[in-house]
Amino acid sequence: MIRFRVDGRSGVPPYQQIVQQVRQALRMGVLSVGDQLPSVREVVAVTAVNPNTVLKAYRDLEREGLVEARSGQGTFARGRPPGPPPGTHTRLGRTLAAWVREARAAGLDDEAIASLLQVTLQAAAEEDIA
Amino acid sequence: MTPVIETSGLTKRYRRVTALSNCTISVPEGRISALVGPNGAGKTTLLRLLAGLAAPTGGRAEVLGGPPREDPAYLAEIGFLAQEIPLYRRLTAEDHIGIGAHLNPRWDGQLVRERLAGLKIPLDRRAGTLSGGQRAQLALALTLAKRPRLLLLDEPLGALDPLARQNFLAALAEAATGGDLTIVLSSHLIADIERTCDHLILLAESQVQLCGDIETLLAQHRILTGPRKDTTAIGATQTVVREDTTPRQTTLLVKLNGPVIDPAWAVDEPNLEEIVLGYMSAGQAGHGAGPAGARLSAIGGDR
Repeated sequence: MIRFRVDGRSGVPPYQQIVQQVRQALRMGVLSVGDQLPSVREVVAVTAVNPNTVLKAYRDLEREGLVEARSGQGTFARGRPPGPPPGTHTRLGRTLAAWVREARAAGLDDEAIASLLQVTLQAAAEEDIA
Repeated sequence: MTPVIETSGLTKRYRRVTALSNCTISVPEGRISALVGPNGAGKTTLLRLLAGLAAPTGGRAEVLGGPPREDPAYLAEIGFLAQEIPLYRRLTAEDHIGIGAHLNPRWDGQLVRERLAGLKIPLDRRAGTLSGGQRAQLALALTLAKRPRLLLLDEPLGALDPLARQNFLAALAEAATGGDLTIVLSSHLIADIERTCDHLILLAESQVQLCGDIETLLAQHRILTGPRKDTTAIGATQTVVREDTTPRQTTLLVKLNGPVIDPAWAVDEPNLEEIVLGYMSAGQAGHGAGPAGARLSAIGGDR
């Protein structure tokens, strides 16, 4: 069962944090189709997030087709968000980790790495448009 | 659906002091409402009026379909937790459960035992020897054992450390799951209660500045930033709540009446704390009373 972590200082509303964490868990294979999600009461008891907020997050996930509410039983994972299969992330993560080691060895700090990534993403986006 | 709390022009004067002035609010069923404002803004007065512990000098209040009153049928449906936690220091949790059973028609002592077991709070220790967080949890559990439909809490978090606060809020939110319990809790620490509450009442200078669902309030307000300029034009289309001007820049908190068209303004979504602080300092400027800095630091102090 997944456990939500809601960060009050991230600037992202709790509702979105819950939605994002379920999507992420489905994408990474932490949640598989058929797995049960914690009940609203359980989420609330751990995170102190308003029950209506959790309910709204679950409803939106249901509308997206990612989870389903089975009456009297709870909420279950139903599908994966569009994107490559779970293994892809692990594989790319490993390549990226190797790259980060190389960048650090070359003397780049985290801020320099982040801005390089930002610039590269922007350039790639412009390439797509062109 | 009728709101659980609805007041109109509610006013409370003590001799020369007006503790609450012309207060009109509405709280729908199932909400967890944050009652925020600086010290002395009238939060305790409003809670006591709603609990039927004080009588208004003007206006009216409807709570659970009737005026607050000191009769057993009304009080059985209301849980009120005063700022000083009302426990007998020499009595144990089990003693308190026994007393509650005598005093309340619908009493669920087992609920208290289960809650305390879940929190690992012993039933056989004197309340005076429990930690502040444990005493607050015991008082909350006892209040919930009445199975109230409305829970009113006056500064329940003030004396608690961050972990105890989080645990207390989690217990509150859990009690509200299911939608038939409505909660109003006062606090001056907005950052703490933001995630748990979905409704807000802001009092300042004994008046209501804001009342509504937090989601709606967030959607209604924007922060505009631009080069310093005359604000008459923007003031004609939007309600300017607060204006901050430096020699080069103007920052506004506005309540939207329509889209912001002027491209000179950068438009940002405010967080709840920015909205609350904006209204509080606007009130200060208008009334010219009190050291604004000292009062503002009280509401944002723990950030």
